[in-house]
Amino acid sequence: MIKHISYLLLIVITLSSCKKEIGAPPFDPNNLAPLSVEFDNIVGGQNLVLNTGNYKNAAGETYNISTLKYFISNIIVYKADGAPYVVPQDSSYFLINEAEADSRFARVNVPEGDYSKITFTLGVDSLRSTMDISKRTGVLDPAGGHDGGMYWGWNSGYIFFKMEGSSPQAPVDPTGQHSYRYHIGGFGGYSAPTLNNIHIITMDLTNRGIAQVRKNRKANIHLFTDISKLFNGATQISIASNPQVMFSAYSTTVANNFAAMFTHDHTEN
Amino acid sequence: MRKKQVAIILILAAAVAACSRDDFAIDVPFLGFTKPAHFPDPVYKIANNEVTKDGFELGRKLFYEPRLSRNNTISCGSCHIQSAAFTQHGHDVSHGIDDRLGRRNSPPIMNLAWTPLYMWDGGVFDLDLQPIVPITAHEEMDESVSNVIAKLQNHSAYPALFKKAFGSDQITTANFTKALSQFMIMCISAETKYDSVVQHLGNAAFTAQEEAGYRLVQQHCGGCHKEPLFTDNSFRDNGIGAGANNDQGRYEVTLNESDKYKFKVPSLRNLAYSAPYMHDGRFIRLDAVIDHYSEIKGSVDSDPLLRNGLSLNAAEKEKILAFLNTLNDQNFVNNPALAEQ
Repeated sequence: MIKHISYLLLIVITLSSCKKEIGAPPFDPNNLAPLSVEFDNIVGGQNLVLNTGNYKNAAGETYNISTLKYFISNIIVYKADGAPYVVPQDSSYFLINEAEADSRFARVNVPEGDYSKITFTLGVDSLRSTMDISKRTGVLDPAGGHDGGMYWGWNSGYIFFKMEGSSPQAPVDPTGQHSYRYHIGGFGGYSAPTLNNIHIITMDLTNRGIAQVRKNRKANIHLFTDISKLFNGATQISIASNPQVMFSAYSTTVANNFAAMFTHDHTEN
Repeated sequence: MRKKQVAIILILAAAVAACSRDDFAIDVPFLGFTKPAHFPDPVYKIANNEVTKDGFELGRKLFYEPRLSRNNTISCGSCHIQSAAFTQHGHDVSHGIDDRLGRRNSPPIMNLAWTPLYMWDGGVFDLDLQPIVPITAHEEMDESVSNVIAKLQNHSAYPALFKKAFGSDQITTANFTKALSQFMIMCISAETKYDSVVQHLGNAAFTAQEEAGYRLVQQHCGGCHKEPLFTDNSFRDNGIGAGANNDQGRYEVTLNESDKYKFKVPSLRNLAYSAPYMHDGRFIRLDAVIDHYSEIKGSVDSDPLLRNGLSLNAAEKEKILAFLNTLNDQNFVNNPALAEQ
């Protein structure tokens, strides 16, 4: 019996010491610690596999994905009392590229503390989209890569979300392939108002694990980005009807499905 | 006798040296960007890109650099030829890499510091972002900017030229396009007969015919072609009707129904050098342009200022043409500082 009690005590002490260790420190905006937000791309219940993965949407169309890239920017974390910490903007632009495994992490530094909510922008805000070119470095460099990157030269602005692939249901395109191409952008216009496909996504972390950010830890908010929701969202998107969606009014319909793609799976602290 | 000969030789040598290019260059200091007195303030943010001699000269070298294209054959200067007021004279639409044709007429590189929006449809809002378009366009240079920068970085001369101009031999997208901007905003056309007359320079004066044409242009054309740049930089449907390729102009950028078939109002400067005219180069002669505006029975979609046509008689058309001739800037098309070196 005494043995049992001592075991119990030991467990209680261990638990309480654990709790003490991860108790939230006082908020100090200069006391920064690492936090990553992981964008884990999936399709329905499956892991997304470029090129070889074959998927089916709610319209009954089968498709694969050869390119998937999107901008995540302007990360804000919130404490349980609602107090926000805005990641400095110069350090808050990320290009999630399915073809580069490490790019799935948006790595930022935030003050030590416990965070129960996070917001981010899918896309690039209008302010940065119109800034001097010297302020557009790294993933924002309009020079792009060999594949033309994530920037529209002819109508100055970033492509927020780029997904390409093939589907037998897509009509034959001028290259002779059954391809679909979704290039979604539009920050609202500089000289005249036009498409605004910037979407701010909010993730409540309370149910599946708050982020406990400490200097000696590597908190990781693990999100799923379910690409099937792009097709099977508030508006069902058909590849056969809309094989190419770029700078057009319909892009807004596609972009309106963005928010539902994101779910919080868990947090590693 | 001998001393005299030596002295003469010395004087001659000094005279020759004084005439040499280098000494001449010292006598003409680089002035940077100077606003013509009668022009408004520029819209280009010069504070973010002060024009320096090194930056300007680098920009000029880049402007005439065929490495900007995929197969190193096409430079900016290929479709923007100085003698044609930096347009592609004689081409209705631009003629790019592999003999591919664009869909619009090559616009002049002229007074761009006063141009708020670039391209016929205004899709580019910053001159520093503009070069990306022709470099990446399939029918123009068909190259990626990142590859252009890699080519320049591996070139024997460019890294040192970038270091001189921007303090670093690491070539960036920003320094690359800002060098081009420095050259392009220096392509200023402000020394026409018109400019001399309105600034009361010397004894400059219009002939009676030109003066009458000036009044007619002010009356009939000034609503869009505003002095002294002879454009208000707006986008309008001038009633020429959709072309065979149904280019919808400004609409493609704004997706606003009311912008369909609107194109940027071009300047009236240097028309003698820059034929053909209109966004698709459909008018090869200036009198055809004037006839169009005179006779237009504007559709309801065309600009309200044009709906009734200008109803000009033959004498008035001659006067307008006489005035337009005073807007041709020989110094601009012949300025050696803007030419390929």
